[in-house]
Amino acid sequence: MYIVKRFFTMLLTIWVIASLTFVIMKFIPGDPFASDADVLPEEVVENMRAKYNLDEPIPIQYVLYIKNLVMFDLGPSIESETRTVNDIISSGFPASATLGLQSLLIAIIFGLLLGIIAALYHNRFLDYVSMVIAIVGISVPSFILAPLLINYFSVKWGMLPVASWGSFQHSILPTLALATTPLAVVARFMRSSMLEVMNQNYIKTADAKGLSSFKIVLKHGIRNAILPVVSFIGPLFVSLITGTFVIEKIFAIPGIGKYFVDSIFNRDYPVIMGTTVFFSVILVFTLFLIDISYRFIDPRIKLTSKGD
Amino acid sequence: MSHLLKVNNLKINFKTYGGEVKAVRDVSFHVDKGEVLAIVGESGSGKSVTVQSIMGLIPTPPGIIKGGSIQFQGKELLKQPKKELRKIKGSKIGMIFQDPMTSLNPTMRVGKQIEEGLIIHQHASKAEAKKRAIEMIKLVGIPNPEERYNQYPHEYSGGMRQRAMIAIALACNPELLIADEPTTALDVTIQAQVLELMKQIQEETKTSIILITHDLGVVAETAKRVIVMYGGMMVESGTVFDIFENPKHPYTWGLLNSIPNIDEEEKKQLEPIDGSPPDLFAPPKGCPFAPRCKYAMEVCIEEMPGEYEIDGGHVAKCWLNDPRAPKVEEPVALGREE
Repeated sequence: MYIVKRFFTMLLTIWVIASLTFVIMKFIPGDPFASDADVLPEEVVENMRAKYNLDEPIPIQYVLYIKNLVMFDLGPSIESETRTVNDIISSGFPASATLGLQSLLIAIIFGLLLGIIAALYHNRFLDYVSMVIAIVGISVPSFILAPLLINYFSVKWGMLPVASWGSFQHSILPTLALATTPLAVVARFMRSSMLEVMNQNYIKTADAKGLSSFKIVLKHGIRNAILPVVSFIGPLFVSLITGTFVIEKIFAIPGIGKYFVDSIFNRDYPVIMGTTVFFSVILVFTLFLIDISYRFIDPRIKLTSKGD
Repeated sequence: MSHLLKVNNLKINFKTYGGEVKAVRDVSFHVDKGEVLAIVGESGSGKSVTVQSIMGLIPTPPGIIKGGSIQFQGKELLKQPKKELRKIKGSKIGMIFQDPMTSLNPTMRVGKQIEEGLIIHQHASKAEAKKRAIEMIKLVGIPNPEERYNQYPHEYSGGMRQRAMIAIALACNPELLIADEPTTALDVTIQAQVLELMKQIQEETKTSIILITHDLGVVAETAKRVIVMYGGMMVESGTVFDIFENPKHPYTWGLLNSIPNIDEEEKKQLEPIDGSPPDLFAPPKGCPFAPRCKYAMEVCIEEMPGEYEIDGGHVAKCWLNDPRAPKVEEPVALGREE
């Protein structure tokens, strides 16, 4: 019951996002043919506008758009004439998703590890080391880290390819560059959460049972500490797998990130709408999965809708 | 006869930003096999710190064990390496805490929490551990043990959770059970049930119990011997009879007088102990109770009283028991029969 209800809420959310994007987009001054209008005859521009239904009144455009959206047709791209938005997403998304998933895994695994170590050695050497790593990770932007990585690992030591996309080796440096900041954030989250949990009474109970510190952390600490971190992982997951403009640009990765940015500059309406809706579908669905995962982590959380 | 547990001259401090707090100052006592010892005293008197140090549960830092010894079955606990101490914790000594609402892991099934000790100490197989856990749930009086085994703590009521804590503490048949204010967080009817359960289990298993409480009614009901603590020190100790019938320390008098009496015909104001507990950052050099004591003499403020043995095993740390002290009229405690 909960899941069905939740599913409809998700559809509603996506519809709201799509509509808002449509409205905001129409408020941006200019249109896709603003630069062509100076050089091309008026009739040609008129024809081009007609091809993309831009001559219709805005409410009609909206209805047409939503109609296509329901059929999973995101329309043609205005900028790259031969490709549809669906083509763009299906060609760019795999690279972005691979890169994002790898970064996410690294960020979670090492972030949690670092956070747990820091908490267990609270105010001791290892805590300081972990937190220095975390602060550096948060403060150094990826566009500085990426060229540094390229400079050492590729140019000086020749261990890994400089840029472009293809093999696993190609993905190592961008993954590292992309993972650092979220890794640091996860580490800090986990540290503070873990510190709180390790002061709880049930940890004392576990200690009084004669459990080793390792077992106490593993069986009683982590599961209770991880919940706040999980709620952060949802949005992080989405922002990582839907492509990052900067990293994809630096490493020349054919991902989806650049279309997000370019489409706005070009007023490429269908691409703006398509990528945004795609992004929100993934976000909403991920949040749904995260909500379900809470239930498995914390038995006190019940998946019921109001009135059940 | 050797004692099951012997604590000698225990001193524990805590480092804080304001300086070092002298939480436990020179406490000595013993527990014999099959005996119930009660430790009473107000909040901050050092009761909990004393018993937690037995289990090595005092975090160091900020805690510092300044001196003394804790011997359990002839073994010096303060000198045991952590690994050895862990073999005793949970298997030979079990502990129940004050707040059952927060003392169980909220994300682990209650049955699993009971099993943990069995698996590490007795190397029980999963099936054995489960069987024993269900037995324990039954023993502590929780109905439908099999169903309860699979439930989480939030599905238990407060009293049930404390019963579950008792099951955890007793799972490995410990020689000594430390109960740190086991009933304080429970409401009155549940308190009685939990105490009744502890008494019953004690009679059946002959486990020794250290019961910490500030409820003198509980003491009279369950304990054989009593230690009264104040300001990190033991001010009086003796049998329940000694403490209730022949108390020799003004603080004990005050405690006994502050018990409401349900049989009293006319309504009387309860008699509180005026003043507040001593500042343990800089405890007074004399008796810690002197500033609040109606009978305080000059010597009380100047010098720490020694231990006066009233009769076999009944000891009071108060100058009034010195032969040179003036005789004072002891107030008649309300709790006593006249």
